[in-house]
Formats: sequence, C-alpha cells, structure tokens
Amino acid sequence: MAASGERRIGDVVLKVENISLAFGGVRALNDVSFDIRAHEIRAIIGPNGAGKSSMLNVINGFYHPQQGRITFKDIARENFGPYDAASRGIARTFQNIALFKGMSTLDNIMTGRLLKMKVPFFWQLLRYGPAMREEVEHRRFVEGIIEFLEIQAIRKVPVGRLPYGLQKRVELGRALAMEPDLLLLDEPMAGMNVEEKEDMCRFILDINDEFGTTIALIEHDMSVVMDLSDRVVVLDYGRKIADGTPEEVRSNREVIDAYLGVRH
Amino acid sequence: MDGIQRTSVSTPVIGASRARARLKDADTFPKILIANARDFTGRPASREKDLGIWQTWTWSQVLGETKALAAGLSALGARRGDKIAIVGDNRPRLYWTMCAAQAIGCVPVPVYQDAVAAEMGFVIDNAGARFAIAEDQEQVDKLLQIKDAHPGLETIIFEDGRGMRHYAQPFLLSFAKVQENGRDLLARDPGFFEREVAQGKGGDVAVMLYTSGTTGQPKGVVLSHSNVLVTALNSVELEKLTEAEETLAYLPMAWVGDHIFSFGQSYVAGFCVGCPESGATVMTDLRELGPTYFFAPPRIWENILTTVMIRMEDAGWIKRSLFKRFMDLAKRVGPALLDRKPVGVVDRLLYKLGDLLIYAPLRNTLGFSRIRLAYTAGEAIGPDIFDFYRSLGVNVKQLYGMTEAAVFICIQPDGEVRPDTVGPPAPEVEVKIVESGEVLFRSPGVFQAYYKNEKATSESKTADGWVKTGDAGFFDADGHLRIIDRAKDVGKLADGSLFAPKYIENKLKFFPYIREAVAFGADRDFVAVFINIDLAAVGNWAERQGIVYGGYQELAGRTEVYDLIRDCVEQVNRDLSRETTLVGSQIKRFLILHKELDADDGELTRTRKVRRNFVQDRYEPLVNGLFSGSERAHIETEVTFEDGRKGRVKADLAIAEAERYPLDQLKKAS
Repeated sequence: MAASGERRIGDVVLKVENISLAFGGVRALNDVSFDIRAHEIRAIIGPNGAGKSSMLNVINGFYHPQQGRITFKDIARENFGPYDAASRGIARTFQNIALFKGMSTLDNIMTGRLLKMKVPFFWQLLRYGPAMREEVEHRRFVEGIIEFLEIQAIRKVPVGRLPYGLQKRVELGRALAMEPDLLLLDEPMAGMNVEEKEDMCRFILDINDEFGTTIALIEHDMSVVMDLSDRVVVLDYGRKIADGTPEEVRSNREVIDAYLGVRH
Repeated sequence: MDGIQRTSVSTPVIGASRARARLKDADTFPKILIANARDFTGRPASREKDLGIWQTWTWSQVLGETKALAAGLSALGARRGDKIAIVGDNRPRLYWTMCAAQAIGCVPVPVYQDAVAAEMGFVIDNAGARFAIAEDQEQVDKLLQIKDAHPGLETIIFEDGRGMRHYAQPFLLSFAKVQENGRDLLARDPGFFEREVAQGKGGDVAVMLYTSGTTGQPKGVVLSHSNVLVTALNSVELEKLTEAEETLAYLPMAWVGDHIFSFGQSYVAGFCVGCPESGATVMTDLRELGPTYFFAPPRIWENILTTVMIRMEDAGWIKRSLFKRFMDLAKRVGPALLDRKPVGVVDRLLYKLGDLLIYAPLRNTLGFSRIRLAYTAGEAIGPDIFDFYRSLGVNVKQLYGMTEAAVFICIQPDGEVRPDTVGPPAPEVEVKIVESGEVLFRSPGVFQAYYKNEKATSESKTADGWVKTGDAGFFDADGHLRIIDRAKDVGKLADGSLFAPKYIENKLKFFPYIREAVAFGADRDFVAVFINIDLAAVGNWAERQGIVYGGYQELAGRTEVYDLIRDCVEQVNRDLSRETTLVGSQIKRFLILHKELDADDGELTRTRKVRRNFVQDRYEPLVNGLFSGSERAHIETEVTFEDGRKGRVKADLAIAEAERYPLDQLKKAS
C-alpha cells in the first residue's frame, strides 16, 4: 500500500500503564503496558484466552482494572464507564456482533450519532423544527458512511436478514458514525471468507487513510495483522510478551513459542 | 419514499409525432443537445442518487456541463478525430462525456467496465484512444496497468476520486478539474462550443462500440451520427416515446442497446435517464424511479419472476390463494386486454378487481407501475415468463437487433406481440432470408465498418449494403421474423428441409419437466431427441401421482414418465406443424437418458450448453437405436461421480414414438 507509507504517525494518544485485571482468582491481565500513537493501526494479538478482549474492555471502560492507569488524550482516568469513553471519542465493534437485529442498516448506523444529537427531547418528540434540521444533518453524515462502506443496497434491510460479513460492516459503520478518535475493532474479520476479509482490510486502511482515525484491532489472522498494522502488541496468559513492528514481532522467540507451542 | 422527488407523468409538450420536425436541422447529437436545452429547458435529463437522494439535472444543466467538459477536453489537447475511451458503470457524467467528445469532433469509445486490464488494453490500443475517462479508482488502476504497454493513451480522467489522494501521476486529472479548465476557456471564448458543434456533420463517426467478441478478438463497430440518429428517431416514432418517459440505465454503456436506449433515444425524444446507485441497488432504484420504458434480457425477467414466486410461497394462505386465482384469470384474459382484443364483460370486471387486489400492488412492488413499454431481446424467452408480465399488464415486447444495425432490425408492434417471434422489420429496415436460411438486413442503421478491419467488414457487409447477421430464421405467416439458431448450426434433413436443433431444443426446454434436450436430424430422414427430465419437477409430479422411484435412473425409465414427456413432445410437434419451414422437423422418436448430462463428463460446457458432437459420439449406440427403428437400445458409459471417482453405468433404454401432425393450414389461414 503506497498510502500507509506516507501517513504521518503522531504523538501518543492512549497510554496503558501497568494494568492488572482479575476476575476472582483468574488473572486476565498482568501488569500490561503499551501505548497507541495518533493515526496508527495498532494490533493486539495472542492465543485464545490471552486477555485481548479484556484489554479492549478495559480501554473502553467496560472493565475496571484493579491496578494501573490509562491516559487518553493526556487525561489520566480511573473509574471511567463506557459512556465516558464513547463521549470522549472511543468507538468499538464487538467480537459477537451487537446490532439491533430488527432495525434497518440505516437506523443502526444512525444510533451511532446518538451522542452528537443535542436538540432537546421535546423537539425530538415533535420531529419538527430544530429536531428535523438536526436529523437531516446526521442523515447526511450517515449516508456518507453508507457510501464509503458500499452498503447502499442494504440501506433499508433489517440487519437480522443480512449475512454475517455484511453485519460486521454495518457494525463498523455504526462505530464510524461516532466520528471516533480511537476505533477499537474486536476481531473484525472473524468468520469471514477470503473475499470479505480483503474488503474489510481495504475499509480499515481507507478509514485510517481518509479520516486519519487511530485504530486498535484484535485479530487472529496473522497475514492480515502483518499487512495492516504499524505496530503489534502480543499478549499471552495476560502478560505482554512482545511489542514492536510486525517484522520484529514475527521473529521474536517468545511469540513463536506462544503460537506454535514449546517443548518443556 | 424518503425525499425522492418523483415527477408525475406529465402530458408531453412535444411528443413523438413532432420529434422529426423539431430535429430537422439537427444531424448530430451535440446539435440535438442544444435543441433539447431550448425545447425542454426545465425538464429532467439525467438522474443519479447521491447520499441516498436522487439528484436531477435538466436539459439546460446538461448542456452547461457538457459545454464545460467539451471545452476542458479541448484545452487538454483533444483534436477532431481523437478517440476517447469511457470506462465505468452507468453514470450521468459518463453519458455527458459521450456528447462532449462528439461536440469537439472526437469519437467516444465506451469499454465494458468489467473487462480485465488485458481486454481493456486491446480496445484502447485498437481504437488508438488518447484519452480515457474512468469512473473510479478500480478502473483507473486497470488503465494504469496497461498504460506503459500502450503509450498512445496520454491522459486519464477520473470521476470519483475516492482512495486516489496519493496518486501523483501528472497525467491523472479529475473530472471536476477538466470541467474547471473548460469553464476558463469558455469565459475567454464564449462561442467555442457552438462553433465546434457547427463543424459536425451527420456522416461523421458518432461512436465506436466493440462487440463482446465471443469468437476471436473484439471488433470495433463504427457508427455514424445518422446511423444512431435515424434508427433512434424511427423507433421513437414507432413506439410513441416522448419527453415524459423515464428510464433506468443499468446495462453496460459499451453495449449498443444501452447506447440507443439511454443515449440515442433519450436525446431524440428528450426523456430522462436515471442511473442506479450501484449494481446491487438496481431493483430498489427501479422501484423508486418507476420507469415508463424498460429493457431487460430474458435472464432478468426470469429472475424477477422467480423472486416473486418464492416470496408468494412464503405468504399466508389467503394471499396465496388470491394470487393463484387471479393469476389464472390474468393468464387467460390479461394478454388479450393488453392487445385490446375483445374480452367478455364478466372477465373484464374480474380483471379490474384483480388489478385492484393483486396486479397493481405487484407491479408497484416490482417498480413496473408506470411502465408503458418494455423490451426483451438477446435470446429466446420462455413463453410462461413472457405471458406472466403481459398478463399483469406490463407491455413486454420482443425485438431483434445487433450492434451492426444500431440495434433495431425487427420490433413487435403493439397488438402483435407473441413470445416466439421477434416481430416484423422495424421502420426503414429491409430483411431478406438467403438460401442457407441466414437473415440479412439493410437499413439506415447499417454500420460504417469494423475499425481497422477491412477483411471482417467485407465479409459481413455486401457491396449493395446488406449485412449478414449470422443468424438463421424465417418469416412466419403473419410476416413476423423468427430466429431459430446461429446460421452455422443449422443443418438440413435428408429431404432438404431445414433442421434447426436449438430451436427444437429450446421449445422442449420451456416445459418445466424437461431440463435438457439434444436433437439429432442433420442428413437423417427424421428428427429424434434425447431428453433429460428435470428431477425436481418430475419428482414432484411423480409424488402426486403416487409413483414410487429410487432415483433419477429409475424415474427416467418409468412408462408414466415417458407418457408425460410424450405429451410435451407432441405439443412441440403441433407448434412445428404450424410453420411451413419447420413442419418436417417434427420429432418422430425420442428417449429419456438414464443420467443427467453433466459438465464433469464433458457433455455440457461450464455455462451449461450441450456439446452436441461429444454427446453424439458418446451415446452412439443410442443414436443408432433412435434411427434404426428398434424399441430399445443398450448403452454402457463411464461416469464421473461428484467425488471424482469413475464408474461404469449400464442401461437399457426404451425408445418412444411421438405423433407427428400435417401442416396446420387452418392456423396458417387465420
């Protein structure tokens, strides 16, 4: 990709320091630290149960770690819920798609604009005057996303009727509707065929390139990770075992052991 | 429907009858555009959906855009006679490019948008295109791939810049930039466009359309302004198309049909052409636009019908039974009503009721509420499919045409529509059938030449202007042309009468029980066929009859099934007996094959066409059995199973006789 070479990677936007998270006796994360820089694509990889999804949940405030500190856009925070994360510009997609199945693609993506809607409830009830103007404005934005993700044909289709690969795309659209500074993608390509994966890769690169969105993603498909990401964090049993460019990580002994198994 | 401004069907101001008078001084398309901007100033000309909302350009806006583009191209150095390739899906800007190129004496060359880079390279090279206008990054990438090998291509202009911010090549320009340059030029020289347009003449080359080239390399068909203009005008008059029509352009711009329907006729009649949002949204866009004039190949008509039938299966029983009842009525009286033939008062009233309950809502769902005229062409359409639409009140008609004729050779006039003919010759077209059965035509639409291909031109076009179509056909008693096959596939029976295997096979395959048929008869005394039954359809029928069977082979051998198929064969024979030319091709003997013809065994091509000679060799004992008069034939063949293993299958097949009928004079007289 000629595009990624020219992209300017900026300063650190998110810093994760010494995070430890346990559920009762189960250690999910153990003293993990890393950072994410503006405009980069950062991958978090690791075997099953390594703590990748837990890490995303910590970042967007769904889990509260027992130890450690998270700094987002220079503000350190502790008890910080998903709503705060969303209103400060962190959007995410889920490993198991979390859309409103009975609603259309358009309406699902419109829900991503929720935090941007400022007109009082009263006007919204009437759907008149300022509420109508606001809705038109948001609809225009959402239509831009629909065009960007090439899902015009399913604009009015209830999401529950769509194939899996398209549902993933709609979920991505909803996250984009928030105009996030940081986009967290939890296994965006799980369960997709090769063609769907290629499409999704292209969209991720385009989002990063056209909107300059910072992206953190969890992914199992190593070739995808190596192609997409600027830097990779590797987790294993809740510990960070490597951090660096795809080339560095690929040749790291511990990473190879974690993925291929090691004889003891 | 969400902010779509649907123009109501207004009364045309000019109409079809005055089109000729209106355009008497306009002999090129740019001149027509100027006339349209004058006559239809505020009327819609192009539509496109942008961010979910239909955007409309009027004729005077289109003139403005085209002027800017023409001047911009000229500022880039385009000179009279230059070729400009157009690559992309149907987009208003690409249609404007056609006229803009013509305005400055250049020749637009639309290229099939799904062509791979190498195919595109052939056309660009053969045409010698200096400029290419591409829709988006996908097309630009293909052009960039071939640019080094074809240095004649100097400049690439793109319409949609998405994903191309990092493309730094100096020869890449955006459409908007070209128009901006053009507006600068027009500001300095306001008379530029009109002066350039005035230099054009009717005999100039208007467009080059490459035939898709199923055999060998594609050939560039050169059409002049008057070729396209006269055929468009004639068809507009015949079908009474007016500026109030609304169409949807969704078939490739490089195909002659689209060029005539969405460009030629649109300019001549002044009607509006809508472009779908994307290939996947055509059905939705169709419903939103509600075209009055629509073209679709048989495949698409069939797909729409299948969707309707599947969704009806899922409906509740009340809806299902209403649908069935009223569709039966529609089949009986609908086509007659459409053709304004006499229909009883009770049926008329019932049809009105059906229209209220079923037909109108269904047409609305499909986007056919306002349809006045629809065409199908390209291949044979099943009579059931054809009748379905006509019985709903959708005026589907057949036409016959080709690129070399600027489309129209034959059109079915209103009131004379039938599924098995393509109609009488279109206005100003002469058609003759030569000794070999091949159809020849001569018309004002006859192409100028194949570009840089003297040999092919002289092979297909005679000195006195007749063009060989390569199709075999004949005129029936009503003066309608029937196309039966490619001329090279048509043979003769031993008695010298015409034998058109595909025509017979298609007739058989229109029966739901018959999946595949192979007809034999070249240089034989009579026609005999192999039949493959359709396991799903015949299986279903067998279940209802209480016939027990273990599989395809057993079902195919049942006498009841032979009787069922014999009815189909005899029905085909009755049809054939109505045509003097084909009365001798009635099927005398047939057998039902013990296995389905399969591409894995080499019996079919991957696109499911029968490989006749291969089948004939492989089943030689069966063919001999058909023509020897014996009642059974034995065969042992090798088959390939789904998992790739091979095995041998032995079978002893019954051969059945079918009744043949004398020439049906009664029908002929009527």
